[in-house]
Formats: sequence, structure tokens, C-alpha cells
Amino acid sequence: MSKKVLVLGEVRDGELRNVSYEAIAAAKEIAAGGEIVAVLCGEGMSNHGQTLLHYGADRVVLAEHALLNEYSTDGYVQALLQVIDQEKPEGLVLGHTALGKDMSPRLAARLESGLISDVTSLEKVGEEVIFTRPIYSGKAFEKKVIQDGLIFVTIRPNNIPPLELDESRSGDVSTLSVDVKDLRTIIKDVVRKASTGVDLSEAKIIVAGGRGVKSTDGFKPLQELADVLGAAVGASRGACDADYCDYSLQIGQTGKVVTPDLYIACGISGAIQHLAGMSNSKVIVAINKDPEASIFSVADYGIVGDLFDVVPLLTEEFKNVLVKS
Amino acid sequence: MNLFVILKRTFDTEEKISIANGAIAHDSAEYIINPYDEYAIEEAITLRDTHGGEVTVVTVGTEESEKELRTALAMGADKAVLIDAEELDHSDQFTTAAILATYFKEQEFDLILGGNVAIDNGTGQVGPRLAELLDIPQVTTITKLEINGTDVKIERDVEGDVEKIETSLPLLVTAQQGLNEPRYPSLPGIMKAKKKPLETLELDDLDIDEDDVEAKTKTIEVYLPAKKEAGKILSGELNDQVKELVSLLRSEAKVI
Ligand SMILES: Cc1cc2nc3c(=O)[nH]c(=O)nc-3n(C[C@H](O)[C@H](O)[C@H](O)COP(=O)(O)OP(=O)(O)OC[C@H]3O[C@@H](n4cnc5c(N)ncnc54)[C@H](O)[C@@H]3O)c2cc1C
Repeated sequence: MSKKVLVLGEVRDGELRNVSYEAIAAAKEIAAGGEIVAVLCGEGMSNHGQTLLHYGADRVVLAEHALLNEYSTDGYVQALLQVIDQEKPEGLVLGHTALGKDMSPRLAARLESGLISDVTSLEKVGEEVIFTRPIYSGKAFEKKVIQDGLIFVTIRPNNIPPLELDESRSGDVSTLSVDVKDLRTIIKDVVRKASTGVDLSEAKIIVAGGRGVKSTDGFKPLQELADVLGAAVGASRGACDADYCDYSLQIGQTGKVVTPDLYIACGISGAIQHLAGMSNSKVIVAINKDPEASIFSVADYGIVGDLFDVVPLLTEEFKNVLVKS
Repeated sequence: MNLFVILKRTFDTEEKISIANGAIAHDSAEYIINPYDEYAIEEAITLRDTHGGEVTVVTVGTEESEKELRTALAMGADKAVLIDAEELDHSDQFTTAAILATYFKEQEFDLILGGNVAIDNGTGQVGPRLAELLDIPQVTTITKLEINGTDVKIERDVEGDVEKIETSLPLLVTAQQGLNEPRYPSLPGIMKAKKKPLETLELDDLDIDEDDVEAKTKTIEVYLPAKKEAGKILSGELNDQVKELVSLLRSEAKVI
């Protein structure tokens, strides 16, 4: 049976996040031919609405209100409830991002529905959609279904491939003027730490440094390698705690959860909390001078050696072969 | 101030995971207080020491969870409540939040603290669900908390950015690593904890009907990830290793 599925489009620094396109792809599976309605909150979102149509949404609802230009739990929950009341969807998909993690459980509580968080893949078995998600820091996986009622899930970024972009797709973009009031938490200031450039959770290649990098300057060779590969730079908590880099680069249970095609870990021991954030990466390279380091147990390729010798050589070699091809 | 901490007993971080009869094997595991909940306990104790009041730690669990509650009491919490949900066959975050909400509706609270995520199921749902059911505001993944009367100033971690937030009590917050350094229970603390009140409530005591808190989701399979083939540790001259790695990434792994 086909289902109408709602997807929340997430905009960060004026750009739609890739996870919103991935959410549409997930919604398409759940919808089984039903309508996919994308929702955007805030003012001036109609261009983004078009993009969501190009990525597979059938229709877009713009929930407009000045108080929605910035995310707040209360504001977004109020807006979504009004859209849900109008659309009466049977499915709802959000990204498992800071925003999705903060608001989805609240929304689920209000709707008295189940919620499957941090989904990394989904499959159709007959009428039922089965969702897979990591548990125990990625040491195991579980398959879950929603027993009845709203099929509500949040999806981990960079795991479910988006549908192909088709700029000829069109659809209705309508505005719903929502009522938003009495916000109980007020954002006074946001200190932007996240470096500009590639969003770590969306990056296809990540070069990450740990305490082995030894200083702020120690990140330079990693940055040079990243530049050659068009990669993002990440870090372990060890490197952040030692003040070699900002916490916004942190990967792991406390930091960002990433699933790049290639993860190059330099001077990272591979603590379970770090693995929780990157062990789903498609290919993992470990560079560590300690052959016993646990990072080697999840690595596809490893070089035992001093990262200050290995990384510059790697940069040169990539330069050579990438120029040639 | 009436401070409450919701906490969960979880597998020890370093615990190996195995499967028995289609579920995670629990028998030989070591258990701990979920690490993110420890930050919540530490924060609550510090707040009580500054502002006065009482810290109550609450868990939905089984008899075994007494051990973790005692640890929280040994850290410095004043009272513990165990809501014994052993009789429930199927529970999920909907269940836990519903049970906690029933309990909290009978309590006077100013601040409820919890961890932002539990390291076993990793959903991060219970805190925000509870806040909604109690109709109070929430701030998740906090790294700094200041209370002045009923005014609250918070810093929260949003994917690496720092958001500065103002709100007021009553409130629910979830702790992120970086909020504080949890203390270890001291020996006198452990001795005192033995005499501190630990109340056990059955679902009946809370007038909870099993059907009303029945899980909305169902786990149909639990499995371990396919064992990764042992990685290739390269050898030979470093120059050659680097060349080989680049070539493998291009021709074998095809990621470049
Ligand atoms: C609740 C909680 C949450 C946490 N969350 C996270 C998280 O989100 N992310 C995270 O990363 N950690 C997290 N941690 C911390 C985690 O447990 C580890 O302490 C941390 O990951 C260690 O960082 P590291 O690997 O950089 O440092 P170390 O463990 O000190 O490892 C450094 C490595 O560098 C190698 N090395 C040194 N010099 C060189 C060199 N010249 N060349 C090559 N190799 C070299 C060493 O052999 C060693 O293996 C968390 C901990 C707790 C308790």
C-alpha cells in the first residue's frame, strides 16, 4: 500500500544539507509509490524547495514564519505539528543531525508514535519496511520495524544514496503560514567553530589526526594531503583535548559520525568512542607507529610508521598520480 | 532546588558484544552507568552544592540496576528511585519515556538532567520525549550550565558550533562530554551510600497498565557486522609502501 511521506529539508548556512536528499530517497522506499512531501521551515526557502523537487520530492510545503529562520526546538516542533495536521502523512523522515536528534523524539512523543533513530539502511520485505541501525557504538546492528502508526525515522548522513538529480522535475510549492509562539529557549549567540568548506558528515574523503600529530603545526601535513584529495580534515578527541585543533573537527561518539568512502587515520589509536564515529567508512587507512594500535583492527590498509614521514610521501605520490590521470 | 537525574545501566564501554538466541548476550557483561549520564550526575551534585536542595537519581530498569544507583549515591546523590520494569516483555524509548513521565508527574522538580545518548542503543530519545510529555523546555548536548534563580544560561554543542541559550526552570537538559569531569565515588561516599534511601517502584505502584506503555517499535534481528577481512598491513621500503597504498586505493578499493 502506498503511503504519503513527509521529509524535513534541513538548511545550514544557507545551503540544503545532503542528508535532506538522502531522506527523500529513504522516503521513496517507504512511500511505495505514494506522495513525497518535503517541508522547509523559515522565510525565503522557495529556491531550496525547487531543489528538493529536483531530488525527488513530489510537492513542497514552506512553513513560513520569521521565528523559524533560526532553529529552536519549540518553534520547529510547533511548525511540524501544523504541517502534519494539514498533510496527515503516514511516514516522516529527518536527518539524524543535531537538529533531527533534538526535535524528532519530542515530535514522536507528541504524536505518540514510535521512532527509529540513526538508520543506516532500509529494505522492503513485502509490505513492511525494515530499518537497520548500529547499536553498541557500532559493535552490532539491529533491524527494526515500526509496529503500527506513523513510520518515523531519522537517517544517518552519508549512508543512503540520494536519488539522481533531475532538474526537469517540477511540482507544487505551497506556503503554509504557521503559527509559532512562546519559544521557551532563546538562542543568544552562535559561536561558529565548524570550519568552512566540506561538512565532515558529508565528506567523501577524510584525513583525520590524533594525539600522534603532536601539535597544531602537526596538522599541516594532513591539511596538505587533504587539499590534494579534496578531502576534509577531522580529528580524534585526543587531538582536540590537547588543543591541537578545534572540537568542531572531532569525530566519534561525542563528535561527528562520518561515513566517507575513504578515511585516513593518522596517529589515532582507535578507541571505541572514536570507532563509533567512523567504523562504517567504506575504506579505512591507518597510519600509526604502534603496530598494536586498535585502529589497525578496523583498517583495510595500514602503514606502520611515523606519520610525519608517511603523510608527506603520500601527498607527493597522490600529486603524481592524480596529475597524470 | 529539586534536581533529578535520569540514568541508565549500560554495558561497559570496552565490553565485547556477542549474540545468543537472536539477542545481545548479557550474561557475562560488566555494567556501568552510561558515561554521558555520569556527566549529568556530576552536574547535579555540583548544582546542589552551590544552590542547595536535593539530587534524586531515577532509573527504569531491573533489580540489577540497584548497583548503578548505589554508585550514583556514592558519588553524592541524595536519593535513588528504581522503577522496576522487569515484567515488560517489549519496551522501547516510547515505553521508558511514558513510565518516567508517569513518575515525574507526581514529583516537584526544577531540573531534570540526563545523558545525551546511551552507549548501548544510542537513540538519544528518552530525554526529549520526557520533556515533551512533561511539557517543559529542553536543551540537548549541553557543555555549560549556569542557574540564577529560575533563569538558566546554557552552552550547547551543535555539531562543533557553540550555541548560547537562555531559558528558565523547570527544564530538562542532556549532557554532552565536556560539561564536567565526573568524580569517582570516594570510600566514605561508598559507605554513606549504603544508608541512603533507595526506593523501588513497581509499574503497579505508578498505576501503569502494561498495554499503555507497549513498545511502538519491534526489533526483529540483532547481528554482528560481517567480520572484516584482516586489513593489509604493508611492508617493505616506506617509499614502496606509499606507492603500493596509492595504487591499491585506486585499483583495488577504487576510492580515488
Ligand atoms: C564518554 C566518552 C566519549 C568519548 N568520545 C570520543 C569521541 O567522540 N571521539 C574520540 O576520538 N574520542 C572520544 N573519547 C576519547 C577516547 O576514549 C580516546 O581517549 C581518544 O579517542 C584518544 O585519542 P587519540 O587516538 O588521538 O590518542 P591516543 O590514544 O593517545 O593515541 C595516539 C596514537 O598516535 C600514535 N602515534 C604517536 N606518535 C605518532 C607518530 N609520530 N606517527 C604515527 N603514529 C603516532 C600512537 O601510537 C597512538 O596509537 C571519548 C571518551 C569518553 C570517556
